[in-house]
Amino acid sequence: MQLQRAHVLVCHGTNCALHAPQALVDAFRRALRETRLEPEVRVVETGCFGLCEQGPTVVVYPEGTLYCRVSPADVGEIVSEHLLKGRPVGRLLYRDPAAVKTVQTFPEARYFQKQVRVVLRNCGVIDPSSIEEYIARGGYLSLGKVLTTMEPAGVVQAVTDSGLRGRGGAGFPTGLKWRFAARAAGEPKYVVCNADEGEPGTFKDRLILEGDPHAILEAMAICGYATGAHRGFIYIRGEYRLSITMLENAIKSAKELGLLGKNILGTGFDFDVEVRLGSGAYVCGEETALFESLEGGRGEPRVKPPYPTDRGLWGRPTVINNVETLASIPHIIEKGPAWFRSLGTPGTPGTKVFTLCGNIVNTGLIEVPMGITLREVIYEIGGGIPGGRRFKLAQTGGTSGGCVTEELLDLPMDYDTMAKAGTALGSGALLIIDDSHCIVDVARSFAKFFMHESCGKCAPCREGTRRLYHIIDGIAGGRGSPRDLELLELLSRTLYMTPLCPLGQTAPLPIMTTLRYFRPEYEAHFGSGVCPAGVCAEPGGSTKEARAW
Amino acid sequence: MGNEEKQCVCAIIARYRDVPGPLLPILQGIQEEHGHLSEAAMHQVAASLGRPPGEVYSVATFYTLFSTRPRGKYVIRVCENAPCHIKGAPAVIAELEKALDIKAGETTPDGKFSLEFTSCVGICGVAPAIMVNQDVHGNLTPSSIAQVLGQYR
Repeated sequence: MQLQRAHVLVCHGTNCALHAPQALVDAFRRALRETRLEPEVRVVETGCFGLCEQGPTVVVYPEGTLYCRVSPADVGEIVSEHLLKGRPVGRLLYRDPAAVKTVQTFPEARYFQKQVRVVLRNCGVIDPSSIEEYIARGGYLSLGKVLTTMEPAGVVQAVTDSGLRGRGGAGFPTGLKWRFAARAAGEPKYVVCNADEGEPGTFKDRLILEGDPHAILEAMAICGYATGAHRGFIYIRGEYRLSITMLENAIKSAKELGLLGKNILGTGFDFDVEVRLGSGAYVCGEETALFESLEGGRGEPRVKPPYPTDRGLWGRPTVINNVETLASIPHIIEKGPAWFRSLGTPGTPGTKVFTLCGNIVNTGLIEVPMGITLREVIYEIGGGIPGGRRFKLAQTGGTSGGCVTEELLDLPMDYDTMAKAGTALGSGALLIIDDSHCIVDVARSFAKFFMHESCGKCAPCREGTRRLYHIIDGIAGGRGSPRDLELLELLSRTLYMTPLCPLGQTAPLPIMTTLRYFRPEYEAHFGSGVCPAGVCAEPGGSTKEARAW
Repeated sequence: MGNEEKQCVCAIIARYRDVPGPLLPILQGIQEEHGHLSEAAMHQVAASLGRPPGEVYSVATFYTLFSTRPRGKYVIRVCENAPCHIKGAPAVIAELEKALDIKAGETTPDGKFSLEFTSCVGICGVAPAIMVNQDVHGNLTPSSIAQVLGQYR
């Protein structure tokens, strides 16, 4: 076996992929060949490091030197200076916005210092297309432990004791879900991984799947053993091509090594996983709509109860878990529930992956302990607001989450605290908005999303989301009156109470929170008023928005 | 539907008809192969699965990645959700409409480009973003549109 003295890791995550990382990889391989370094240095295509704004990113080990915005033209210099002479290329090093000097290695960057990488442990570290690299990092150890030393009930107990809660947004206790399914009558049972990530601002599941696909397969097999299921489905967005490729490749190599399929590790336990693609419908992220879609129909939610653990996919007991939830499972089994509980808050143990987007210096992917404050995330990890602008609001939990203002930045972020504050932790999307934006214009964008994505099955959501949009569009166009705000509030209360599924129920949350904190800004648009941010069109005129649609 | 197309649809149906819940994989296969789901193809799928054509049509029109009409060679999907919106998507959309001389929902007369709105496609770290078929383009400004379109012209 050839020992290598250095590794060049090139991020292949979708956010970096738009800069054609393949060209970078090819350039590195060519330059290494030309300098005869090829046998000593290995180029690895890896998952997301998290610094999407700085892409494409490259890390050179053993030093851990982080290079940003690398183009194929820079590759020759990295090879001749860094890899040949051991001198990092200063002009390409990551510049920490808060630090005076450039950062030599990436653990030094403030962006990484507050992070605790459990779910993202392998992202940006291993080649996700190599099962050997996953195994070398302890992969499939937990599956082996479960199958050879634990009873199914013991596995459910371990997950229950860990306090893990669903990371898709609802925060339901995972152990409880597994227990319900394990006890439910009816065969066969199914395990479904919900990878239909569609919440605006959320891209964590995509980058987890791109960077560490085997973790999901391992967790699904563990869940199958714990609940008595032998078949699993991963329902993933059709747009997530790289994740789909990574998953299919991972399933193939796991089967070849006997880690999936019949008689896993010689224990007599069978478990198979298939990938199924969505075809573009946000509502399919709702679990029962996802089942309808998987069964081959329109993705319309079902009435609950019965719950999926009793009657899910094809009417059978089904555990459905989010990608990030599943990605925590192997670590809980390996290190124990007590270790997991030592992270995060008592009510919400563990870590959370957040995606930062909007007006923030470091957009991208981070993982931090539950209970961290929004202020720490925005100003210490995220690097603050760019362009000398001021923070105006943050939307937490994606478009179906709520908005918070400056006063709430010190709240610890976990499911219960956020809900009590009138917002939601949700999927972990954090959209930061600066003071150049108009709140009515932003609220209209939220409303338009729900109007477009309402599946139309129940009248309150189908009609209500439409009315929400038109009222707000009227206000933005200078055609609003105080009566419109009363209508918005009444409609929001009705919409919260009456629809069939969370899509309609959460639609008013972002609107109501903007109204709670920015009512005067709405009122300024009335009559002959003006848009204080200068974003909306002149009063009475058609808005830019109405024209585009 | 020509004979060749009919056979191709038959092959796609044969590939998926025995998987549980075959309708979506079949429609996805036809969409990918032919760029849209023609009325004839939907009838053929319905007949093969023994389901009413109306049911196939109702599924086909539920999902945004399916189209019952032919589309351009390159389908441009523009995200207009909040994360892209606040990073300048409206100006990018206006520039795309101007450069292609079509509105969202339309196809250029030469059949090259279709312009569509999409909901979030999970590339918000580099917003505003668009997808051209399977390619992702991010950090867009109105001035970068010509260069992006140039790759496909």
